[in-house]
Amino acid sequence: MNETKPLLEARNLTRYYEVSQGIFQPPAQLKALEGVSFRVSAGKTLAVVGESGCGKSTLARQVTMIERPTSGELLFDGFDLVNLSSQQLKEARQRVQMIFQNPFGSLNPRKKVGSIIAEPLVINTQLSKPEREERVRSMMGKVGLRPEHYERYPHMFSGGQRQRIAIARALMLEPKLVVADEPVSALDVSVQAQVLNLLMDLQQDMNLAFLFISHDLSVVRHIADEVMVMYLGRVAEYGAVEQIFQNPRHPYTQALLASTPHLNAQNRQQRIVLSGELPSPLAPPSGCVFHTRCPYANPRCSAEIPALLTLADGRQTACHGVEEGRI
Amino acid sequence: MSEQVQTAVIDLAPAGPLREFWDYFSENRGALIGFYFIVAMLLAALFANFLTPHSPFEQYRDQILTPPAWQEGGLWLYPLGTDEVGRDILTRLLYGGRMSLFIGMMVVSSSLLIGTMIGLVAGYAKGLTDTLIMRAMDIIMALPSLLLALAIVTILGPGLINAAIAIAITYLPHYVRITRASVIAESSKDYVTASRISGAGVWRLMFITILPNCMAPLIVQASLGFSNAILDAAALGFIGLGAQPPSPEWGSMLAGALEFIQRAWWVVTFPGLMILLTVLAFNLMGDGLRDALDPKMKQ
Repeated sequence: MNETKPLLEARNLTRYYEVSQGIFQPPAQLKALEGVSFRVSAGKTLAVVGESGCGKSTLARQVTMIERPTSGELLFDGFDLVNLSSQQLKEARQRVQMIFQNPFGSLNPRKKVGSIIAEPLVINTQLSKPEREERVRSMMGKVGLRPEHYERYPHMFSGGQRQRIAIARALMLEPKLVVADEPVSALDVSVQAQVLNLLMDLQQDMNLAFLFISHDLSVVRHIADEVMVMYLGRVAEYGAVEQIFQNPRHPYTQALLASTPHLNAQNRQQRIVLSGELPSPLAPPSGCVFHTRCPYANPRCSAEIPALLTLADGRQTACHGVEEGRI
Repeated sequence: MSEQVQTAVIDLAPAGPLREFWDYFSENRGALIGFYFIVAMLLAALFANFLTPHSPFEQYRDQILTPPAWQEGGLWLYPLGTDEVGRDILTRLLYGGRMSLFIGMMVVSSSLLIGTMIGLVAGYAKGLTDTLIMRAMDIIMALPSLLLALAIVTILGPGLINAAIAIAITYLPHYVRITRASVIAESSKDYVTASRISGAGVWRLMFITILPNCMAPLIVQASLGFSNAILDAAALGFIGLGAQPPSPEWGSMLAGALEFIQRAWWVVTFPGLMILLTVLAFNLMGDGLRDALDPKMKQ
């Protein structure tokens, strides 16, 4: 896919959680991430797509170093994020920042906008107060906030403006990678476009790489360079955005894309309705985790876990049907 | 013209945080009244020796149980009457304010401070630390508070300070529980995660990020706790383990004169009224404080 040296590279990333099932039973293992590999190049956007519970947010928690993966490798800009010393952690954290889904929970209600945006500088730099204020004000201008907003509290703003504040805070340390966990899904549709355009402008200006987590496929198509479709902690399909959207191969990707509403009847694809619900990650199905809902499943699917295969066009798909040429 | 522009600029400049706090606080009339009452009480207690000609210990044996001045048989020399051994009640109330306010403030501030710290650690650390702390607090809560205070005073020895320490310990679990619950609720929010991703350390997360967002219920609890502290100190005084007898203290004045409630209402009523008004004033001020410190109430 991309032969230049990636900014972020994950190899076989896994993350298990222990879930207590009562005093008399041993804790169950929740496999939130199972052997996930991907690469993000500088200045590019990788979108991670999937239903809720597929491990998107767990992935964000690994990349932002809030948690450490159970196993696998996570390499970022020369850092090994799995085995960091506390000094390295401090350095690496300055280069990975995050934008959250809910702008009403991600800003400290007791602090003024100016000090919220300045917090990363207070923690990580030795700048004096006037220097910090100057940088904060210039960043506020970049994200489209007015100077008089500096002295206000977050509750005085609308969702879109709050998200601009959150973006300003994330960019204060000039990170190389920004993890955006559904940054526009809590916003009005009219505001979504403004925030997305702002993110894309900033990406160009600052050469940012985005790990963009979303379940809104039209947003993903608009912003992403590459797409990774996840199902129950595993990668279903991973490839360039045109490949995935023009010609989805994995049955799950096909169903996901078919569920996008279209205004024009000619653009509408035939709807593929998945039966059943997302299985519990505590007791994932045997073989291919998708076989319980897959219209093309055969006995092999329920017995054997499909490997992630690289197809001729460079994309990766984990499906026996595609491998056998049935789909 | 240029002068006008100059003043306009000065008016627009943001006020200092103290000034801003006072502006919001003084918008609440009740809180302001409470605040002024407390200041007046503190001044009265502090300068009691200039405000009254009597000594709080002086017993006017020929004026026992004199009614208040406006009643038949009352004397303006003793405006609120005298008690069962002929001491001037107004004088004892003024001097008593010293001890009662001291007890209330000491108990509330020490249990608030220590309780908040313990609760913060329990809520932030979770796991075994949390369990150990909370079970210890449960043990304190399971014992009747007065009995526990009694036991602690017996160990430390009778006296006002020891009584205050004992009462502070019995109130500790309330503050610990409230703080822990708020800390757990707040630390799951995204702004705490955002702070952590920015590189904030444990101390910054606990004291600068999380703690200020847990203040509202604590302020209310503290202003309510003030009255309980005075009354519990009185109860300890009543069984001889708090303020030692002749020294004036509102709670022990109330408790010590209960037997006269039928014939001399003023002996009991005035100390009770003082406690009531002080508690009310603290509650009003606590309410205003909570609102003035809450940025969501600001425009």
